[in-house]
Amino acid sequence: MIRRSLLKLANPQLLALVGVLLINWLLFPNFFRVTWQDGRFFGSLIDVLNRGAPVAILAVGMVGVIATKGVDLSVGAVMAVAGAVAATMVVAGYPAPIAVVAALVVGLLCGLWNGILVAVLDIQPIIATLVLMVAGRGIAQLITEGFIVTFNDPLLIYIGTGSFLGFPMAAVIALVLTIIVTLVVRRTAIGLFIEAVGVNRAAASLAGIRSRMLLLLVYSLSGLCAAIAGIIVAGDIRGADANNAGLWLELDAILAVVIGGTSLLGGRFSVPLAVVGALIIQAMNTGILVSGFPPEFNLIVKAGLIFIVLVIQSPLASRLAPPRLKPAAKVAAK
Amino acid sequence: MNRSLRPLLATALIFAIAYALAVMQFPSMFSTRVLGNFLTDNAFLGIAAVGMTFVILSGGIDLSVGAVIGFTGVLVAVLITWAGMHPLFAFAIAIIVAGTFGATMGLAIHYLQVPAFIVTLAGMFLARGGASVITRDSVPIYHEFYAWISDLTIRLPGGGRLSFIGLTMVAIFIVGALIAHRTKFGSYVYALGGNPVSASLMGVPVARTTVAIYTLSSVLAAISGIVFSLYTSAGYPLAAVGVELDAISAVVIGGTILTGGYGFVLGTFIGVMLLGLVQTYIIFDGTLSSWWTKIVIGILLFLFIVLQRLIFVASAPGEKAQKA
Repeated sequence: MIRRSLLKLANPQLLALVGVLLINWLLFPNFFRVTWQDGRFFGSLIDVLNRGAPVAILAVGMVGVIATKGVDLSVGAVMAVAGAVAATMVVAGYPAPIAVVAALVVGLLCGLWNGILVAVLDIQPIIATLVLMVAGRGIAQLITEGFIVTFNDPLLIYIGTGSFLGFPMAAVIALVLTIIVTLVVRRTAIGLFIEAVGVNRAAASLAGIRSRMLLLLVYSLSGLCAAIAGIIVAGDIRGADANNAGLWLELDAILAVVIGGTSLLGGRFSVPLAVVGALIIQAMNTGILVSGFPPEFNLIVKAGLIFIVLVIQSPLASRLAPPRLKPAAKVAAK
Repeated sequence: MNRSLRPLLATALIFAIAYALAVMQFPSMFSTRVLGNFLTDNAFLGIAAVGMTFVILSGGIDLSVGAVIGFTGVLVAVLITWAGMHPLFAFAIAIIVAGTFGATMGLAIHYLQVPAFIVTLAGMFLARGGASVITRDSVPIYHEFYAWISDLTIRLPGGGRLSFIGLTMVAIFIVGALIAHRTKFGSYVYALGGNPVSASLMGVPVARTTVAIYTLSSVLAAISGIVFSLYTSAGYPLAAVGVELDAISAVVIGGTILTGGYGFVLGTFIGVMLLGLVQTYIIFDGTLSSWWTKIVIGILLFLFIVLQRLIFVASAPGEKAQKA
């Protein structure tokens, strides 16, 4: 049943992605040309995959959090912290694999911290993750001592800019992560539990779901995903920039999840569609860049996009359209 | 009402202790000069935080504040410098534009029934993008009116100065406190934050109040943007990035409870002053780097959230079941 409803939902997002890509193609006829050079693919399409990978990875973590009726504002700051840890350790002479593992562990701990605030102390998710969003960049700067730490480690650079079977490494990591997380949530009962907690946490707990454990899990996953994205971004620019790494990416990740049809009111969610959402955002970014508009134009387009998605998702629209799965939307207000 | 006073008292106490400790280390911090600068330097943050207090009291959040400040700064600068308008006329236009903007967000939040943070997030993108589309550079403002305003100060004994913008902030805080605690609109805001369903059953005009709250927040953000342009004599599209986070922190540190319904406008004033104290201390110390500001604000935020939680759990055991 889940599969069929997913297929039904898949249409608008995939159509939107195809639509954006076609508009790009009209603006820039060479958009779909992919060439093979130096053992890897080149082209605008590959660029969309490569540039979209960090947001896609963040979205994979974010989708679980939003499905539990939460939100994680700290992912951008956690990216900066993870990048700072990896870069500083490599520069200090530790082998790269250890630095990568350490950065991942730090990301996991950041996520666990958010999870404890939300699940154990019962703080609203926006505010709980705001703490780390504010303090995280300070911590990252503390680690790098205020400098942009640059490195030449081949492994970290490979993670950020390398290629695997001709495809950019970042995109490959995003794809593998998406597949693993999708399988875990859809082939086990975890996905169902997450939806249950998102629709009604008290009822889910009464039904025997360990909602506290589950919340810790989804926030930890979000932290881990942020750390992966942080390492990729650091590897890409060969340095850790505590101020600018992952700046505003939390907003892109939330947007990607919302475009992917996951309701901000919790419940129904889809990991692959959130990734499609991230690709839509990146395809628009690339489109605006290749068509010569200033990059700031992007923000206005994104605002319009959020508005359209909100109108489609709102109870107002579902009253006009034929009824479909719409959990918990009517409870609020009036 | 007594339990909602406790976070306010805690904030006032922490501010007093922190200030006393800072004065013990740097005796010169206890001067009218430093206190006057406290008001001037934090004026734009304080004004925005008054609007944020109303939003949070009603149980919402407004992420667009910083972007509206930046947008207003650019709009005012462009109207004055490029179009040759009188500043007061430009201010009026900016306030009207921001008011319309806030009202639209309020309408969307109420009628689309979506979380405030995503609507105001779209607003943030729109305002920031709009400012960058008008101009991508810093636009300087040269006008005798600006020079006149920055000369408009009250000298205090001991070399301190109360500037016009500092006094504007204090005035807005007083008016805000009167509106929150002494008017019908104020009690609607509290009722909405306490429980929107019972508020509407008791006859609170939910739609009108929601629209008014977000309009107020954007108008105050616009005034804050005007003050920021008086402070810097320029408009820059990337000005005041992240001010919304500082404003939220000030409100929370000031003892307003994040789920809405409890809090004081004057508490926010102490919250703003506490943030100002952290910054001034770091400047006085000289060896601490500026990123410590972020860490200290994060720690303060965390402490106050936990404090609120403990007070809430201690005094309202049934709250959790209701909320879920």
